[in-house]
Amino acid sequence: MTEPLDYTASELLAVMSGRILVDGQTAFAGVGIPLLAAVLAQRTHAAGLTILFEGGTLGPFVVAGELPPSTNEQRCTRRANMLLSITDVLLLLQRGYVDVGFMGGAQIDRHGNLNSSFIGDPADPAVRLPGTGGGNDIASLTQMIVAMKHERRRFVEKVDFVTSPGYLDGGASREESGLVAGGMYRVVTDLAVMGFDDETRRMKVLALHPGVTAQEVRDNTGFDIDIAAEPKFTEPPTGKELGILRHLDPDRLYTA
Amino acid sequence: MSDREITQKPYLKLRADTQARDRSLREKVMSLEEAAALVSDGDHVAIGGCTMSRTPFAMIWALIRARKSGLHCSRSITSSEGDLLFASGVSEHILTSWFSQGIVWGISRIMRAYTESKRARFEEWSHMAIGLRYRAGAMGVPFLPMRAMMGSDVAGQLDNIHEMECPFTGERVVLVPALNPDIALIHVQRCDAYGNGQIDGLEFMDIDIAMAANRVILTTERIVSNDQIRRAPDQTKIPFIAVDAVVEVPYGSAPHECYGVYEPFFDHMDWYAGRMKPEAEAGIAAYLEKYIYGPADWAEFLSLLGMADLLDASRRGRSIYND
Repeated sequence: MTEPLDYTASELLAVMSGRILVDGQTAFAGVGIPLLAAVLAQRTHAAGLTILFEGGTLGPFVVAGELPPSTNEQRCTRRANMLLSITDVLLLLQRGYVDVGFMGGAQIDRHGNLNSSFIGDPADPAVRLPGTGGGNDIASLTQMIVAMKHERRRFVEKVDFVTSPGYLDGGASREESGLVAGGMYRVVTDLAVMGFDDETRRMKVLALHPGVTAQEVRDNTGFDIDIAAEPKFTEPPTGKELGILRHLDPDRLYTA
Repeated sequence: MSDREITQKPYLKLRADTQARDRSLREKVMSLEEAAALVSDGDHVAIGGCTMSRTPFAMIWALIRARKSGLHCSRSITSSEGDLLFASGVSEHILTSWFSQGIVWGISRIMRAYTESKRARFEEWSHMAIGLRYRAGAMGVPFLPMRAMMGSDVAGQLDNIHEMECPFTGERVVLVPALNPDIALIHVQRCDAYGNGQIDGLEFMDIDIAMAANRVILTTERIVSNDQIRRAPDQTKIPFIAVDAVVEVPYGSAPHECYGVYEPFFDHMDWYAGRMKPEAEAGIAAYLEKYIYGPADWAEFLSLLGMADLLDASRRGRSIYND
């Protein structure tokens, strides 16, 4: 037996979401945990992962200790294969070159719709959030992985505003709205990995993280969530994974 | 239409305005103040760059000092320059896809204060929609179709967006209307006196913005000779025929970044974000007074940022070319 390793919730999130990426994929990554997780995947099981940044970067290598403050600064372009305009890099999604979109989320609902625009009534909001950026485009046009903290106020029955569409009202409503491609694939939190039922398009737990109970997930979810009677468990982060993360983000910009 | 809408120009008016511009190969070098005089109150002003990168900060600084008002601004992603445009009263309408200083600094307190109190409007479109709107403008067509935004509330709360069935395939698409800004502000690494602009690194939406706009102000880190431009014309990203003013402003994107020259002035931006947290309104008023209205000129603004921060930003900026 080895000693269990210490890690923060953000590190757990980065490790668990990075593991979902597959070698050879082309992934659109947002800044923060998604970027860290994508770079971690590149340095572990997915050396051939191609990262795209919204600012217009195709296939860069991020330098340890120089994480970009957004996807639009020069730090994003290190050793890239190509720089292109924002419009053209986003059009790669529409053309079908992108396997997976990978973002954080402020608020999500049972059908995987994301809100990053308004808390409260959009006409008279309690909080005006920063908005979609490319989130709506990415969620509309490719398979999505979302990495976020698992909190009751973030996991709600229905989002206040659909910024980035998941399965809308469930069932076939996404396709019927005209969004014929893509969809929500995985939601990764510090408690569990979730997917969506093929028919109802409701969120369900696929696996709990080590030491997490089904009740903990229910307590932190604002809607009824399906959890198997004998749930699966993810493997804990390894020393190697945590070592790479801490090397990438020595100042703990994203993993505090 | 309310005074917080951007309207489309009829096509023949758009062409006539372009035809009326002096598109000859002529010198256009002027000061920031002279360039600011090209912007009229109420204009739709497109802002080049993205988030904290190649922001035409000096030109925005000059527009605020010139006490412009009623500007409709558009930008791919809006960072701290949006705070200044709202709080100075220069603009109460910004069309953009994302609005805050940068994700590591959290939500802009100024954007929140002005939009939540409805003193200003943040008109939200998806990033690709804004890109295609500028591109339609650059192409001289009234709209472009796209496959995002359907089913979302982003589309739902916009009046000037339409869905249609493709007449060829029957598929459902969203139509987004062209943006043809009255004037575009773009900062480049170098251009000649005629306005042939070269951009290093990420170009963002700047080329479409330049070609869509009715007038273009280029600010530039340095002015080079026309001979130098002609030795590598493949590097010209913005042509002189589209440019109306050239202003040489070293560190013209400070405290934001200019690719290969300087990175963001992180110490200043950290301080700025921290200053706005406890008391946004008083904080931004004091900032405007000290950093925008106070300095005698751009050099004095840079002095306020400080030599240590400037050198640090420059060292990091140039490091992009290190192996």
